[in-house]
Amino acid sequence: MLKDLLLRWPLVRQIMTGADGTGAESMSDRTRNLRSRIHGTEVTRSVCPYCAVGCGQLVHHKNGKLVSIEGDPASPISRGHLCPKGAASYELLTHSNRLTKIRYRRPRSSHWEDLDLETAMDMVADRVWTSREKSFVEQQDGQSLMQTKTIAHLGGATLDNEENYLIKKLFTGGLGMVCVSNQARI
Amino acid sequence: MSITAFLTDSTLCIGCKACEVACKEWNQIPHDGFDWKGFSYDNTGGLGHSTWRHVKFVEGGAVPGIGGNSPESFSWGFSSDVCKHCENAGCLEACPTGAIVRTEFGGVFIQPDVCNGCAYCVVSCPFGVVERNPEEGRAFKCTFCYDRQKEGLKPACATACPTESIKFGEIEDLRETAQQRMNKLQNEGFTDLYLYDPRDSSVGGIHAFFIVRGDPRAYNLPPAPEVPTTYLRKGWLSAGVAAGLMLAGTLLAFSKGRNGSR
Amino acid sequence: MPGLGTSFGRGGATTAPNDLSNSDAILIMGSSMAENHPVGFQWVMEARKKGAKILHVDPRFTRTSAMADIWAPLRAGSDIVLLGGLIHYILENEKDFREYVVNYTNASIILREDFRDTEDLDGVFSGWNAEKKSYETDSWAYEGAPLKEDAAQHGASGGHAQDRGGEKLEDSVYRQDRTLQHPRCVYQILKKHFSRYTTEMVEKVCGVTPDVFRKIAEAFCSASGPEKTGAICYAVGWTQHSDGVQIIRSAAILQLLLGNMGRPGGGILALRGHASIQGSTDIPTLFDILPGYLPMPIFGADSKTLASYIKKHSPDAGWWANFDKYIVSFLKSYYGEAATKENDYGFNWLPRVTGDHSHQGYWAEMDDGKIDGLFVMGQNPAVGAPNSRMERKALAKLKWLVVRDMVEIETASFWLDSPEIERGELSPETIDTEVFLFPAAGYAEKEGCFTNTQRLNQFHEKAVDPPGDARSETWFMYHLGRRLKERARKDPCSKNAGFNALTWDYKVEGPLGEPKAEEVLQEINGWTIADHKLVSGFRDLKADGSTACGCWIYSGIFTKEGENLARKREPRDFYGHGWGFAWPADRRILYNRASARPDGTPWSERKKLVWWDDTQKKWTGNDVPDFTATKAPSYRPAQGAKGDDALGGDKPFIMHPEGMGRLYVPSGLKDGPMPTHYEPLESPERNLMYPQRQTNPPSNFMNRPDNLYANSPDPRFPYVLSTYRLTEHHTAGGMSRYVSHLAELQPELFCEISPELAAELRIEHGSFVTVTTPRGIIQARAMVTHRVTPIQLDGKTVHQVGLPYHWGYKGLVKGDAVNDLVALSEEPNVRIMETKALLCNVVPGKRGKGSTALAELEQGMKHVDEKDGTPA
Repeated sequence: MLKDLLLRWPLVRQIMTGADGTGAESMSDRTRNLRSRIHGTEVTRSVCPYCAVGCGQLVHHKNGKLVSIEGDPASPISRGHLCPKGAASYELLTHSNRLTKIRYRRPRSSHWEDLDLETAMDMVADRVWTSREKSFVEQQDGQSLMQTKTIAHLGGATLDNEENYLIKKLFTGGLGMVCVSNQARI
Repeated sequence: MSITAFLTDSTLCIGCKACEVACKEWNQIPHDGFDWKGFSYDNTGGLGHSTWRHVKFVEGGAVPGIGGNSPESFSWGFSSDVCKHCENAGCLEACPTGAIVRTEFGGVFIQPDVCNGCAYCVVSCPFGVVERNPEEGRAFKCTFCYDRQKEGLKPACATACPTESIKFGEIEDLRETAQQRMNKLQNEGFTDLYLYDPRDSSVGGIHAFFIVRGDPRAYNLPPAPEVPTTYLRKGWLSAGVAAGLMLAGTLLAFSKGRNGSR
Repeated sequence: MPGLGTSFGRGGATTAPNDLSNSDAILIMGSSMAENHPVGFQWVMEARKKGAKILHVDPRFTRTSAMADIWAPLRAGSDIVLLGGLIHYILENEKDFREYVVNYTNASIILREDFRDTEDLDGVFSGWNAEKKSYETDSWAYEGAPLKEDAAQHGASGGHAQDRGGEKLEDSVYRQDRTLQHPRCVYQILKKHFSRYTTEMVEKVCGVTPDVFRKIAEAFCSASGPEKTGAICYAVGWTQHSDGVQIIRSAAILQLLLGNMGRPGGGILALRGHASIQGSTDIPTLFDILPGYLPMPIFGADSKTLASYIKKHSPDAGWWANFDKYIVSFLKSYYGEAATKENDYGFNWLPRVTGDHSHQGYWAEMDDGKIDGLFVMGQNPAVGAPNSRMERKALAKLKWLVVRDMVEIETASFWLDSPEIERGELSPETIDTEVFLFPAAGYAEKEGCFTNTQRLNQFHEKAVDPPGDARSETWFMYHLGRRLKERARKDPCSKNAGFNALTWDYKVEGPLGEPKAEEVLQEINGWTIADHKLVSGFRDLKADGSTACGCWIYSGIFTKEGENLARKREPRDFYGHGWGFAWPADRRILYNRASARPDGTPWSERKKLVWWDDTQKKWTGNDVPDFTATKAPSYRPAQGAKGDDALGGDKPFIMHPEGMGRLYVPSGLKDGPMPTHYEPLESPERNLMYPQRQTNPPSNFMNRPDNLYANSPDPRFPYVLSTYRLTEHHTAGGMSRYVSHLAELQPELFCEISPELAAELRIEHGSFVTVTTPRGIIQARAMVTHRVTPIQLDGKTVHQVGLPYHWGYKGLVKGDAVNDLVALSEEPNVRIMETKALLCNVVPGKRGKGSTALAELEQGMKHVDEKDGTPA
């Protein structure tokens, strides 16, 4: 026990190993037990959200919190590499300016207010329905038109395919909105 | 355990700065401030306590018809600077607390829990790599991703680099790779290449060597870096001579005095 | 992507980034690939390592030029002249890959007698109707092809449906001269059309000297033939022009003449900029198409009945002959049980297109106060859209606005801190717009799939829950739809019939009530209705209502057993089969039948990709054959054969009715069957090629009071301005200006100026400059650099300047929105704006603030307006 205590003193270790005090004998417990941040994390496979190269990413997380995001070496496209944007994905998801609550602005107001999710959803549904009721045209010259032009949508090439599918299905296939666009052109 | 090293081949560097970001994200280092420096596309400035990989941009002048990869002109060079993890490290030799140690991989590592912020290491680095964080006091630099290497992972910068301009591996393998690359490029007609690995100077060789085009000084690579302790013997000698002279002079002065007036 | 679609059959990149490592020469133009696709660029470096020549053509010397062997500085807006010069070089010197050209392209097809080229009519093709500002394209057809009325030429139609090459004519009927001598065969017409795109013209119009041009021509055109291939990479440097589609067509012609399509190391890599931009046209949130590039029905043109719509859009030959199967299955996936043969499967519940409902189109309506409400999800038009000042002012005319994003983007707070508020043009008390800003889940907080630039679908899994009230779009759309369907259920009148029929009963799970993305993806894949079993591909789809399929080109993303191929991560070969799912049917290199000779053997050992195995009687090789697997090279169709059976075993471009790559596009494009040089909408030069036609005739200036143009040329706006991107930031900045590790890399907006111009204007590196156009005024740091050079055009010195566009008025780093300078304009086919070649003025010093800024802006515009801001 005394020996263990003494060995915790780098000078003793140095003398005993005959070293010069610049190597392992001078390492603190922290250094000796140093582990990578991703040690013991779960890994989820993902795809970089920035450009269209689609680099593979490994998302490390533990107990419901993100720990680190790096390239997926198995990807035949990216071979584990990331550009500065992809390499910044962890900060993209965890920085302090991320919105977590709904913000609402009344007409003519000069500030934001908070709003709860369910109320906001109800209010939006009201506005959509009101506008559609006013503007929907079923037929023209005896032909089917089934269109509303007073509600529009923009987005998105950053969204998942499933999301774009539901947007077009609800807005166009269901409500008859034709003003639908996103970033893509050619 | 094999000694590992970086080979930074700037003929493959696209100046993207993935290395800067990957390093900061991995090591959870904060940003350096949002000041526009306009050193070409470099707004980071240099290595410091919160930048451990820094991409230098060297503008050489663009000529229509000539791309940057042609032997005639490099036009715009990029190179990612990093701690050299010297064979004889000035910072390590100067550190009075034993905070700076040599790891089993040959890298030079500052233990943040031991460092007392004296900054002796800062003035001892011939490359200006180490810097003290003025707000919280301690000195910081590239750790060579010691935590990652212990688990068999590559450093974060080498993992991210899209074109493998930053190569990581066993030091002798990389020295061989560097020489082969130099030979290949020289055969292709390149005449302005420099393989930076100053083994002749007192740093004794570095564990992060570079292939650059043009003058290495433009990339913050001094031609003859010296470890301050190389001047130790000279220093002690000078101190000894000075002490001796001072002693002699003092004795002389006092000997006159004791005899009273003449 | 009609440039690629009309040329080859599908609107998508024809190759994958890693195939670039097989190229012998790579031409990067309209792109700075090393900066904007760095990880993709590693494959260019692999090619370079093997000895390939890398060529970069760009107005500036960029980080890509630093890795290239040859850099040619180009005058922004003159791309077609340079590419036309290369085409001219190939045709004059007979450097085309003749065997490929004769067999795999429409070079030999004979055109009608009444076809007139731009060389005959001083800059327009036959059929130009000056009043309607559009072409009647009958005379462009193949000789002998029976014509249909082309729904796609309707003013309201969009170009995305033209990814299939148009349905104007029965293109499977044609006459050929395989000796290519007939004066009206495509080859000869092409030669005539490009006869004046000489080296001298390239020098005068592009500013590229003859020796530099020759270097490029020799380097690229020598990578052709059985043993060599060359690839072309492009991005928005080509697409964001008033003739963008035709620029891409020029590249298509080059690649067909050189025989590079469908071959390893060949092809055209369209480099796109958003994680799922390919996906967002495949499963589109666009006004003119339905999933799988089925056209939206246009009122009065093709949509009286389902039958008339199908007839208009189905050719007899090629894979599009199965059009009816795709549309019926699609309708079944939307309207489920309620869609029956009797009601045309709910075809009449789809709204009809009646005009320009694109972003530009409806934003103009918004500016006129005609739009009540707008949803914006994952886009930031207040900074990212052209004429962003007009965009922001139009937002103030909405009754309500719903924005979904991860941060408070400029679009959401236009009423609070936009330049219009700062300048006093608007104030919150006068803006009625009600604004809802919903926090959005990040990509690692939800599951779903992205389709990247190489048509590869990759499913990303959920790692953690989104914070607070942040939700995915899947969650938002599902629950919004659920609420709205409640209201429709209570009012079952005929106008709600479609909405009530719409299937919307996705299962939700977990405490957040999140629908399963995979359930939606299965609907996209398709199933047989009777037993709800997944179909294994689009071949299983039927037109009798027994199958449902949300997007036929994604069909097969699930195996029959239910394995989600987009989720797979087991690559087993160079092309990555086993990793994700590429449409169509996991083919990685499109049109790869062309990598073999007409007889089915590879062109060479070095460039083999797929070939005919005569023992096993099927196509085999290193990629999934983009061809019917068992169709022998010797197969020739019987008279009256339909669909895929109508195409011979030597026809690689299976989406086209004639099975060939189109050097000349007989129908489907609004501005011509062949690319023609016109000047940008604002230009420092008159059109030297066709003095009577300054700009692309059918392009739309969208003349409005806030959308003025300079004259061409204009002494008040003497410099050419090009906008572009940097590696360190991402589009309109919402994902990079809030991320400190990126923001610190490029903290301020800067303007790249040549030392010559800087000396002339007495501008020092690092000082501030003010840049103005007839639309707006911004300030930036001056980055004085040799990488921008003055250009000599026809004896005159022209200066170019460059501005990256990532800054806005919010974030850790802020700056002026460069899009304030850009005009709202529309290219005729896809309605894309011109951001790459404008005119501007540059003066030293900062711009004014507050009301001074407003005065400066109004003075500038009044000044332009007085001199007649309508273009020549």
